[in-house]
Amino acid sequence: MSGLLHLAAAVDLPGCFDAEPYVELVRLAERGGLDFVTLDDSFGRPGPDALGVLSRAAPATRRIGLVPTVTTTYTEPFRVQAAVATLDRVSHGRAGWRIEVSTGEDEARLFGRRPAAPLRALWQEAGEVADVAAKLWDSWEDDAELRDAPGGRFLDRDRLHHVDFTGTAFSVRGPSTAPRPPQGHPVRVADATGSQARSVAARYADVALVRAATPAQATAVRDELRALAAGAGRDPDGVRVLVSLLVDLGDGERAAEPGHGGGGPRPTARGPLYRGGPVDLAELIAGWHADGVTDGFHLVPVEPRRDLERLVNGTVALLQHRALFRTFYPGSTLREHLGLARPANRYAGTGGAS
Amino acid sequence: MSPRRQVHLAVLAPGTDETTGWADPRTDPWTSFASFERLAQVAERGLFDFLLLDEGLRLPEHRGRIHDLEPVGRPEPAALLNALAGSTARLGLAATADTAFGEPYELARRIATLDHLSGGRAAWRVTATPDAAENFRPGADSEHSARTAEFVTVARLLWDSWTADGTPRPFAHRGRHFDIAGEFGLPRSPQGRPVVIHTGESEEIGELAAATADVLLTRPGPLEAARLRYARAQRRLAAYGRAPEGLRIMPGVTVALGDTAAEAQERAAGIRRQRVTPRYALYVLERLWGVDLSGHDPDGPLPAIAPRGRDADTLARVARWRALAQEKGLTSRETVIEASGRPSFVGTPDSVAAELHAHVREGAADGFLLAADGLEEFVDRVVPLLQVRGVFRTEYEGATLRSHLALSHPVGEG
Repeated sequence: MSGLLHLAAAVDLPGCFDAEPYVELVRLAERGGLDFVTLDDSFGRPGPDALGVLSRAAPATRRIGLVPTVTTTYTEPFRVQAAVATLDRVSHGRAGWRIEVSTGEDEARLFGRRPAAPLRALWQEAGEVADVAAKLWDSWEDDAELRDAPGGRFLDRDRLHHVDFTGTAFSVRGPSTAPRPPQGHPVRVADATGSQARSVAARYADVALVRAATPAQATAVRDELRALAAGAGRDPDGVRVLVSLLVDLGDGERAAEPGHGGGGPRPTARGPLYRGGPVDLAELIAGWHADGVTDGFHLVPVEPRRDLERLVNGTVALLQHRALFRTFYPGSTLREHLGLARPANRYAGTGGAS
Repeated sequence: MSPRRQVHLAVLAPGTDETTGWADPRTDPWTSFASFERLAQVAERGLFDFLLLDEGLRLPEHRGRIHDLEPVGRPEPAALLNALAGSTARLGLAATADTAFGEPYELARRIATLDHLSGGRAAWRVTATPDAAENFRPGADSEHSARTAEFVTVARLLWDSWTADGTPRPFAHRGRHFDIAGEFGLPRSPQGRPVVIHTGESEEIGELAAATADVLLTRPGPLEAARLRYARAQRRLAAYGRAPEGLRIMPGVTVALGDTAAEAQERAAGIRRQRVTPRYALYVLERLWGVDLSGHDPDGPLPAIAPRGRDADTLARVARWRALAQEKGLTSRETVIEASGRPSFVGTPDSVAAELHAHVREGAADGFLLAADGLEEFVDRVVPLLQVRGVFRTEYEGATLRSHLALSHPVGEG
């Protein structure tokens, strides 16, 4: 593959409600030069609000991308986009948003509005939220804030726009109450493993995560995603596809089990699991990337405190030593790390809707 | 506890209110994180109880167009305050979050997260703004004040649902507006429960505050009127079986300082002149008259035409302004300047400290919510004088917002 290798890691800490352990993991990932960290979120299990946690980590870090999961089923689209825009602002352009839905009756009971909807409807709505969020991010042009003191005008209202969005379950008039975020559009991330999610990822995601246990699987999903993106009128090169792997680096280099194929991932109920040593993992990453199977990897440590340290000091250090991965951040925004351009504003030059 | 009634201080981050001096070229870009960070750090240096952030639900409009004369644009409060939790150590962090839209479970979780990540420094300022419906899922109905009361009740139920030793317990609530059940996602916070703040003077707000608030934000007023209101709020509290020290009443105030009384008056006037630009004067007149005045000269007399609104308030106000203009020979703009609100406290640092102290000593307030303009000067010049009087802390004694406010920490019964 021609492109640079991209690496991301999850910093999930089940049962942790304090800031410091999360901040330490994000800092550790930043020392490894990773593109971004993800933090999962669900109303259905204990844990803090992921966007809150990564907002807390923003001032404690300088370069690494911050990608919380924000669900779209029981949240307000207008607030979701404002919160992601705010994360982008407090991190100076390092925000992403992993789009997820809330499934199941247990979560539906926490809100009491409607029974759990089928997956197709949930992802249809998630796509609408992803769509309206980007429209609201564009609803302020970059230079809408005039602060023209002599003329007494704060805003140029010709550079503010109503979005007038009508979806199946909600509508939003806009404009946003938050100015356009530093990256224009914070990076939208979606798990493209399921077919419902995949079509949303192909339309709206900048980064698609795919759970694949073999190069052949990864290639097939990647090809399909690129075709879907092209079909939706996008440039397929505007989507980074990362293979998402659970990693267990607990037993060192001798852990490769019989039938494990020298440390390659095995399918499990939670997704493909790599169990082995940091050196073999570096071999796997380098090999799949060199073969054009993937743009990079999203690594989900089984035991975060232990595995992330081994990942950064072992696997990443080795990839850096072989000049396969960055040793410092040449850019400052998450889009720059990912090699994605700052999007033009769809409303620029159209005149105000006010 | 100190024998003297202590003053509590908070600051409102700059926003769309008219006290905001955005035109001052020394101020930072409006929404930069650095400017919020600096404000929080100045407030913390001043040992303030908390910093309050408003929430933006829709941009204000005037005559069918987006209002462009005053600052708009706001970060999402909880995300911003979580970031500020990392740049501060003791300052309380109060997020406005509206109840007209959204769901109690999500909001309670958002605020509880801030409370945990800040080590027990979070507050929720409750608002209900049903007129932002154009940007939200169907939510508030005509009973929005009842919805708000139930919303707060449910949030407290969720915050209190885990046992003190950290075991989740199922909750269930069935009411007119919410029918929910399950387990909440976070344990009790280090301060037991986030601080709840209500705002307003109405009967409804008064009842709601007496039932559930830890802090009530009010309008400023002269000492005697404020004392009467304070006493009424205390009586309400008793009716709900709560002790008087369970609610902190803090009017929102503005301050103009000077080395002499005359200089302070001049600065207060200067701030008003700067804010009421010719364009802004026309905007105020259009709002009052209810008509398009784009051709009107702000440096000429008040519009000769009658206002469109025939209600008594409008007519009385227009008549008052005409009389004012006539009496003093003022132009349109000068009339608007003359009629616009004055800072609540104007004077030397010494006299302002004495007045603030008097309001607390005489039972008219427990403290004050200050506008962000001039915060640094207030911290440098007025706070030390309050400390000399023995009515303001010289260091943070506790780590949580409840301890700053001298409120008890709720604990879960096993």
